[in-house]
Amino acid sequence: MKDNIPSGRKTGEEKREYPEDRERRNFLKMGLAVTGMLAGGTIISLISTIGKTFAFDAYREKYPYKPHYSMVIRQDRCIDCKRCLEACVSTNHVPDYGWRTIILKRELSASIDQKWDFIPILCNQCNNPPCVRTCPTRATYKDKKNGIIMMDYKKCIGCKSCIMACPYNARYYNEKRSAIDKCDFCFESRLSKGLKNVACAEACPADARVFGDLSDPGDRVFKLIHQLQKPVWVLREEVGAKPNIFYMKG
Amino acid sequence: MASSAQRRILPILKPALGRVLSGGGIYLIFVGVFALLTLIGIVAGIHALFIAGTRHAYGTYREIPVAILISTYIFFVVASTGLCLISSLGHVFGFPSLLPIARRSVYLSIITILSGFLVIGLEIEHPFRMAIYNILSPNLSSNIWWMGTLYSFAMVFLIIEFIFLWRGTHGKAVIAGLLGVITEVAANTNLGGVFAMMHGRSFWYGQYLPFYFLLSALVTGCAFIIFFVVSAHKINRLVIDEMTAKALEVVGKLAVFFLIIVIIFTSWKMLTTSVGGVSAVEAMKALVTGPYAFNFWAIEVLAGMIVPLILLFMSRFKNILLMFTAATLMIFGIFFMRLDMVVVGQIVPLYYELGVAEFSRLHKYTPSIHEILVVLGGIGFCGLAFLLGEKIFAGFRKEDSIPAAEQTVAVPEAKEMP
Repeated sequence: MKDNIPSGRKTGEEKREYPEDRERRNFLKMGLAVTGMLAGGTIISLISTIGKTFAFDAYREKYPYKPHYSMVIRQDRCIDCKRCLEACVSTNHVPDYGWRTIILKRELSASIDQKWDFIPILCNQCNNPPCVRTCPTRATYKDKKNGIIMMDYKKCIGCKSCIMACPYNARYYNEKRSAIDKCDFCFESRLSKGLKNVACAEACPADARVFGDLSDPGDRVFKLIHQLQKPVWVLREEVGAKPNIFYMKG
Repeated sequence: MASSAQRRILPILKPALGRVLSGGGIYLIFVGVFALLTLIGIVAGIHALFIAGTRHAYGTYREIPVAILISTYIFFVVASTGLCLISSLGHVFGFPSLLPIARRSVYLSIITILSGFLVIGLEIEHPFRMAIYNILSPNLSSNIWWMGTLYSFAMVFLIIEFIFLWRGTHGKAVIAGLLGVITEVAANTNLGGVFAMMHGRSFWYGQYLPFYFLLSALVTGCAFIIFFVVSAHKINRLVIDEMTAKALEVVGKLAVFFLIIVIIFTSWKMLTTSVGGVSAVEAMKALVTGPYAFNFWAIEVLAGMIVPLILLFMSRFKNILLMFTAATLMIFGIFFMRLDMVVVGQIVPLYYELGVAEFSRLHKYTPSIHEILVVLGGIGFCGLAFLLGEKIFAGFRKEDSIPAAEQTVAVPEAKEMP
């Protein structure tokens, strides 16, 4: 595919749009958009997800973090058994008044088969994180190596501006930690200790949550995101936070 | 060292204390009430932060993380910006008719910042960490960091300005005043930016709020000046002299001018939001026809804008009682304007448009007793500092005796003063 692209387009003329490219892209987008519409309302196709979620084409080739931790949620596989929530609570000592991840329920009244849609949510580990920008003391930051949004608890002043800024309702004030708490992809409890998977994904009996490295072409997450048959989308794409939690069905 | 300081301060403090104690029965009752409110507010805040926990003591929660305490902070610091700007028109930018209110306005600007700091200090979970890590680990892309830092600098400049004004060295006061104006405006618009740059909250997001904060600061400044200048004359049992009456007339006209612009702004905010995204429309519906409709129409619009406008026109900017009533209503309305802005921006759930059962209804917020007490503590502190300031600085009357030569240097138009 790459070999067919004239060399001039690779460098200085990358941004130039060629009619034949546009036509091809529009056709592909239309097809995927139709698929997306049929598959569930607000979803967007893979091409528009990648194109809009990540501003630069280069991002597709080279993800900014190594490993670039990400999660794909296969929404239709979730049966709301809540084992992921239990695993998260016990692994990360989440108190009863807070949560790092929950499962939302959407009633599908018009559906002839499945009546409920279950949508697990958690911190989206955004590439353009509003919480990091707003924190006055850099208590919350994006890890330069793996892209996880981390907390430096001792610096947290508890102003709660990050809770206000987060478009995904992923943060709460943890009294025991005396700081804001959030999902860190189990970095503190598991990944930093050499484990490869997060607690919620490991506990899921339906394999609805797939955790992995988006920068590794051999990883399941990479393969699920880069396939073209099934639409992939993100939540609240319009915010422009460039999330790293992807959703799909099937 | 200590004894020389004592020698310099004691001769000032003793007569000041004498003036406070001889202020009269009603004055002392008000001082006592405001002092008590301040104390109760501080105790309530400390209890909430360090004993009960804010989760139990405050009405805020995960979905509404900030509410009346932040809106009260905004109310005070925005008032400070307005006071600073209006007072600077006189002694920094050379409008002589506003000179008689300069010292009191600068003083009010300082105490309103302090009142705001008191309230936010009892809202933030770790005020001591803030003092440390704001310096050791600043985030220069954070509007909150800039806002806090700039307001702190503004307070320092205002204190310096006040000292120079008090000493009558107007040249230096102009420089400090100008620095105060610059930092106040920067801090104020950054405060607007805190909300305006939250791209996940469509009710706030956009360039509207920073400018609106500045504009509403001017309205608040005018209202505060009228309210406190008239109150001060009551406290000091003085008749408002001709120069002060003239200054109040100018401030009253400015209030009308800025109020009309705020009304136009608010109208257009409503209109543009009504065709925005689902979340913004839902928030606006809650404000205009939903649970916040009374706050909006009765308090913000009617009591805070329409009635004051009518009263100010009726007063012809000379009837002090009508102007005072208008200013009181404006202050009352502006307080709720801040509260509504902060709360309504959060009541639409972030996943509302996803159509999920958990977030299908608007969030609710009711202030807790602790929060109300902290708010009253902030108001109490402001009132207490005002009452004490009136006596300690002898009604700020020294401004009438500014040497004519110095006025000419700092404010060339001063020659035209009646």
